[in-house]
Amino acid sequence: MPSFVIAEKCDGCKGGDKTACMYICPNDLMVLDPNAMKAYNQEPDQCWECFSCVKICPTQAIEVRGYSDFVPLGSSIMPMMGTEDVMWTCKFRNGLIKRFKFPIRTTPEGQANAYKTLKGKNLDSGLLSTEEADGKTLVSPQATV
Amino acid sequence: MALPNKPLGETKAVKDPEVVEREVDILIVGGGMAACGTAFEVKKWAGDNMKILLCDKAAMERSGAVAQGLSAINTYVGKNTPDDYVRMVRNDLMGIVREDLIFDLGRHVDDSVHLFEEWGLPIWKKSADGKNLDGKKGQSVGTLKSGAEPVRTGKWQIMINGESYKRVVAEAAKLALGEENIIERCFIVELLNDANNPKQIAGAVGFSVRENKVYIIKAKTIMVACGGAVNIYQPRSVGEGKGRAWYPVWNAGSTYTMALRAGAELSMMENRFTPARFKDGYGPVGAWFLLFKAKLQNGLGEDFGASEAAKKELQKYAPYGTAAITPTCLRNHLMLFEMKEGRGPIIMDTVTALANLGKTMDKKELKHLESEAWEDFLDMTCGQANLWCATNTEPEKKNSEIMPTEPYLLGSHSGCCGIWTSGPDEAWVPASYKWGDAGKVYNRMTTVVGLFTAGDGVACSGHKFSSGSHAEGRIVAKEMVKFVRDHASFKPTIKETKEQLVDLVYKPVRTYLANCNYTTAVDINPNYIKPAGMALRLMKATHEYGAGTATYYQTSSKSLEIVIDLLGTMREDCEKLAAGDLHELMRAWEIYHRIYTVEAHLRHIQFRKETRYPGFYYQADYPGQDDANWFCFINSSYDKATSQWTLKKVDYKKIIP
Repeated sequence: MPSFVIAEKCDGCKGGDKTACMYICPNDLMVLDPNAMKAYNQEPDQCWECFSCVKICPTQAIEVRGYSDFVPLGSSIMPMMGTEDVMWTCKFRNGLIKRFKFPIRTTPEGQANAYKTLKGKNLDSGLLSTEEADGKTLVSPQATV
Repeated sequence: MALPNKPLGETKAVKDPEVVEREVDILIVGGGMAACGTAFEVKKWAGDNMKILLCDKAAMERSGAVAQGLSAINTYVGKNTPDDYVRMVRNDLMGIVREDLIFDLGRHVDDSVHLFEEWGLPIWKKSADGKNLDGKKGQSVGTLKSGAEPVRTGKWQIMINGESYKRVVAEAAKLALGEENIIERCFIVELLNDANNPKQIAGAVGFSVRENKVYIIKAKTIMVACGGAVNIYQPRSVGEGKGRAWYPVWNAGSTYTMALRAGAELSMMENRFTPARFKDGYGPVGAWFLLFKAKLQNGLGEDFGASEAAKKELQKYAPYGTAAITPTCLRNHLMLFEMKEGRGPIIMDTVTALANLGKTMDKKELKHLESEAWEDFLDMTCGQANLWCATNTEPEKKNSEIMPTEPYLLGSHSGCCGIWTSGPDEAWVPASYKWGDAGKVYNRMTTVVGLFTAGDGVACSGHKFSSGSHAEGRIVAKEMVKFVRDHASFKPTIKETKEQLVDLVYKPVRTYLANCNYTTAVDINPNYIKPAGMALRLMKATHEYGAGTATYYQTSSKSLEIVIDLLGTMREDCEKLAAGDLHELMRAWEIYHRIYTVEAHLRHIQFRKETRYPGFYYQADYPGQDDANWFCFINSSYDKATSQWTLKKVDYKKIIP
């Protein structure tokens, strides 16, 4: 189910600090044609259909077309990312449309607590830093053979 | 380090790349769940002067197996015990596991899950009246850490809204480690041993897939955690659909091959995973079985799993086959039995399952149920949702087919191949499971001094999944800091020269540039082979001889002899891999890694003269299990100087009753 880029919508992220799809693709598939200033999927048969590029594209220029091996034409699924939810529009081949909204995170982006000031005390214990801070003790098996 | 993601124009490779040399105390190779765990934990223990570097082949925000998200966390111990966790894993993996590693993971995994929730991952909860609360509503009854009840789909699994699972986890990891200590799009391809001690690790080499740049990194200690191995057998879909692998298609066996070539012992590489999933789309089935209580039927509409024939078949594999939860491989075995007898295909009866659930629900609850079913796909296997749309499949109206996939190698899901590592330094851990250096034990250290692994890398302890991999990465972080503290005077020394290393990494580029003008079409040239061609050659060989889907996962001693011979030739031909651009250079190194990993897999199957995992593979010359002779681990090693493989039996020690 390779991603494809709609020529009219892609502006090569020329106003941004990075080409978003190229930045995110876990398999290094999305590249920018610098002459056309448009991105494309350079190796469609290695696309995992993870939708990372679709979700990150600032101009909604990227969609996905089902693998020609086994997916009939005519359907589409499109995510719209929000800060707390993702909205999906799922279009069936027969025209039926279903919409779903799912939560994605409960904290503002960039606010994950990295415990930057936490320092572990006993490097030789088997406890992880936050376990040690919580006063946990390391358990052993209840019984052994 | 921020990425040069501004368009660089052509990514054509050049003969002489820039060389960047670094020296650090701790090098983390990988960026998935395990590496994110290490990145989060390491600075909590490291002194301020300790230099730490993480190299990820992709971008951490969406790298690794959780890139797409997940709809469940499969390992949360909660009110269960780590002891029971060991028993579950042991049974599923047919008895031969490292109980020390599994127990150790089980006692730490919940701490990582609690962090995920704090970081913003929505975890479903049970309300006082037994309803499921998702998203922010889940928080209304408190956090898991404060004792709120998760929505359990099985004894160990909990439901999440996990579309952004990896983004959330990577965010905390990057904040904790610092962007300046991270190089993304840096593919580490070979580990280097110390010039003064060939059994010790001293560095790694890799390259940027964005710029013509080779990295030579010296390190006192290294963790290698780059996932499992995918696209090693011909997939059921061979065109564009090759990418629709069940496990992430970019997992190239790099973890196993790099460790193997550095001298580390691998263990249980004969183990594999061929998950039964929704056909073609490979959507998850866990929620369908566990949450929606759907049943499988054969092509005749029979509940074959409950049949007398199935019970009889399972009895052959007692005590595993007769346990309360049938091991994953044996569930596949029953399915394959039906298919081979002509009673296929296997169908998931989603219609009946949803109708049954709907009997006690009002309209609003029904709507939510439908939404849950779709979220299961959209959170982690979007393509399956599209396949349902394209085939006009509404699960309440139309059933779907289930099919076991092509084989995958991994150590974190329902499989247990990987690298042989030390357990924790505790009295209850058998002496043969503990080692380290200079009188000290280092948990999760491989048999190479200073080389650690986690997640898919650690052998003999499957079922850690996303949460367990993260926790294991954290365990390793602490051990690596300890290692650096204890080796203050160690000065890593690399025996290879800078030019030798550049030549090693950029050999495919140099081969290409030296020969590409000989023919008029760059992909066809008698002086080299492109990685795409080699990938197909590997898949064809394993498919036909190595217990792929072509033979219903069956191989034989003669077939193994043939395929191992073919792999030897492939390794020779890899000397002539050619790459015209940086993306292709990545592919060249990936196929190189895949070939070694597959060879280890098949040599282990060849060595083990029994069929330990029926349903995952069958050795036709040795059907059935032979506990008297083979209730043991198999470990392998490889000497890159002589190209010799060595395989041996290693005693299994039962710890947990």
